[in-house]
Amino acid sequence: MNNFNHYYDTETIRRVISVIVINEHNALSRIVGLFSARGYNIDSLTVAPIIGSEYSRMTIVTTGDKRVIDQIVKQLNKLIPVLKVNEHQNVIEKETVLIKIPIDQPLSDIDVIARAYNGHIQNVTDDAIVISATDEPSRIANFTNIMSKFKPLEVVRSGVVAMER
Amino acid sequence: MKITGAKMVIESLREERVDVVFGYPGGAIMNVYDEIYKQGFFQHILTRHEQAAIHAAEGYAKSTGKVGVAIVTSGPGFTNAVTGLADAYMDSIPLVVISGQVPTTIIGTDGFQEIDAVGISRPCTKHNYLVNDVKDLPRIIKEAFHIASTGRPGPVHIDIPKDVTADVGEFKYPKEVDLPTYKPTVNYNKRQLKKAMTAIAKSKKPLFYVGGGAILANCAYEIRELAELTNIPVVETLMARGVMGDDHKLLIGMLGMHGEFAANMAAHDTDCIISLGARFDDRVTGRLDEFAKKAKVVHIDIDPTSIAKLVHTNYPIVGDLKVTVEAMIETAKETEFNDYTNWVSLLRDYREKEPLRFNDSDSVIKPQWVIKRVGELLGENAIISTDVGQHQMWTAQFYPFSFPRQFNTSGGLGTMGFGLPAAMGVARGNKDKISINFTGDGSILMNIQELMTCVENKLPVINIILNNSYLGMVRQWQTLFYENRISQTDLSLQPDFKMLVEAFGGVGYRVKTKKEFEEALNDAIEKKKPAMIDVVVSRDEIVLPMVPNGHALNEMTLIGDNNE
Ligand SMILES: Cc1ncc(C[n+]2csc(CCOP(=O)(O)OP(=O)(O)O)c2C)c(N)n1
Repeated sequence: MNNFNHYYDTETIRRVISVIVINEHNALSRIVGLFSARGYNIDSLTVAPIIGSEYSRMTIVTTGDKRVIDQIVKQLNKLIPVLKVNEHQNVIEKETVLIKIPIDQPLSDIDVIARAYNGHIQNVTDDAIVISATDEPSRIANFTNIMSKFKPLEVVRSGVVAMER
Repeated sequence: MKITGAKMVIESLREERVDVVFGYPGGAIMNVYDEIYKQGFFQHILTRHEQAAIHAAEGYAKSTGKVGVAIVTSGPGFTNAVTGLADAYMDSIPLVVISGQVPTTIIGTDGFQEIDAVGISRPCTKHNYLVNDVKDLPRIIKEAFHIASTGRPGPVHIDIPKDVTADVGEFKYPKEVDLPTYKPTVNYNKRQLKKAMTAIAKSKKPLFYVGGGAILANCAYEIRELAELTNIPVVETLMARGVMGDDHKLLIGMLGMHGEFAANMAAHDTDCIISLGARFDDRVTGRLDEFAKKAKVVHIDIDPTSIAKLVHTNYPIVGDLKVTVEAMIETAKETEFNDYTNWVSLLRDYREKEPLRFNDSDSVIKPQWVIKRVGELLGENAIISTDVGQHQMWTAQFYPFSFPRQFNTSGGLGTMGFGLPAAMGVARGNKDKISINFTGDGSILMNIQELMTCVENKLPVINIILNNSYLGMVRQWQTLFYENRISQTDLSLQPDFKMLVEAFGGVGYRVKTKKEFEEALNDAIEKKKPAMIDVVVSRDEIVLPMVPNGHALNEMTLIGDNNE
């Protein structure tokens, strides 16, 4: 028997973690600092206040082996302003992307593809159009990928928000 | 009635029954110092460096079990304090450290003596605060003391802008802390503990592996009782020295890189290791995948992040160690344990065959002899602090510790310069004991200015320099692992330590024989003054046993002929 086998188990998993934290100026830096100081990944992070309370919700998407994920959850819980940490198993995840494309690109093609990803044209100017889409993170990744053909000028992704089913 | 923020700080410290504060003034904290001048219930000890203020508060806190308090100014005052904060954080020492900050109107403008103090202290404190509004001050100070001293203890930092200390507000010190997000787990899981106890009772070679948490949780005597009741042997980490008392027959010794053969073999052979407030530090475990390889692991800790951080744990138990050990004692009374007589006598045999020892000499003083001799002469009448290096390891090995909180050392961070100021805090907090600091000729120069603080405040710390004219521990590694390339560790050029301490107004000795040493020690004790005994010891001594970095605990270099 060896107690330390799992220490070398490096299979990487992806996790969506939500953190309920007191609104105070230091809170975000505490959480980000925890990840950077320990060498953990943040793939995406979104924050917004919870309406009618003194708390905010952060949604963090992270990757790591089982031991790392375990530590992330425990370390987050250990922070004094953290009320609750949820390691989601079964969630609805959504992400939004905004893409700006030069006006000389084939607009009708773009419109068709955007609609296939629940997206649409948001704005049109003399030089560019802006399209947006909101969908599952992996589909947003696909969409962004496809859109790269149309020489985008700017791509902005929102990061993931999630809710337990 | 409304009072200033500065006065609130003082009144809050009064409410917390603080009786000593270590600190150093400056522009941003002057309002508080003005109130310190006016108040009369706590002593303020002016250290000569902010790092020393924190270490002194640590020594005071570690040796007395109370929360240590320090006050420093903004900018350089605060950055000087950071090493101390990091040291206290690594060793889970309860402190409240207050710093001044530039006025809120200037924050963010790179003002004079402005630094992002809470940004710097975040990774080396349990929690920190920037006070934006005077009305938050009493609550924050209350919370700080609570957070510092509960759960896994640690330092808490409060940064107060100068205008906040000048501002006035209503003062009402809260009776209770209202922190819905902070609720350390005190009570262990009963079913889990029961399962663990059954596993322990069924094992053939169980071992209590005790760490510094046992001292922080004040349960050394309960652990002794539990060990006696079950007849299970005990090994201690560096931070747990004193838990069992060195003449206890179930103590197998200190384990780890410079641990005893018997203790390391016990950890190697055990089939059930029970961690009581220890954290599987790499200086203790050696090569991790070989550590306690045959054992089921029971891990008890107040801090859930410590559990299973490094090793797989069969029985994780989160809870206050004292509460948990008390419950283990009760359960043990009704449990049938295997008979461990053979296991204990095997380990005691190891201990007899391969004891800690050194080749003593009459022509030159051996550093180990000094420590052993002080132990024989002072024993439980002294509280011991150390700096960092070979002398630290020899102290852990050769001083006969008999009670918890008798040994103060920088374990987690390994901070040279810790010893003298910590011993000063010890002297302030324990007037009935002799405060000894074992130090090296390298370490002592890192906070030597505190001799002045000791003299001024009549704190009779006796510093014993084991003077080998080397940065000994680093030289040891150079000798063993760098083909003797002595890079920047030769300290042949030295100050006259005797004159140095006398220049500060203390008493100094330089000794070259055993007889001279004993005379100097007796004289220093009699004079009750801050003292420094510069002991010329053999130069090339090596700390043994040693587990080379990255090796397993059973692959030790033992005490052999290379230790002339
Ligand atoms: C602040 C700091 N700097 C550097 C080190 C690295 N270090 C560890 S032990 C040591 C040598 C200590 O020498 P000395 O105080 O003379 O003690 P000795 O080992 O000779 O007993 C050094 C430089 C440290 N631990 N702390």
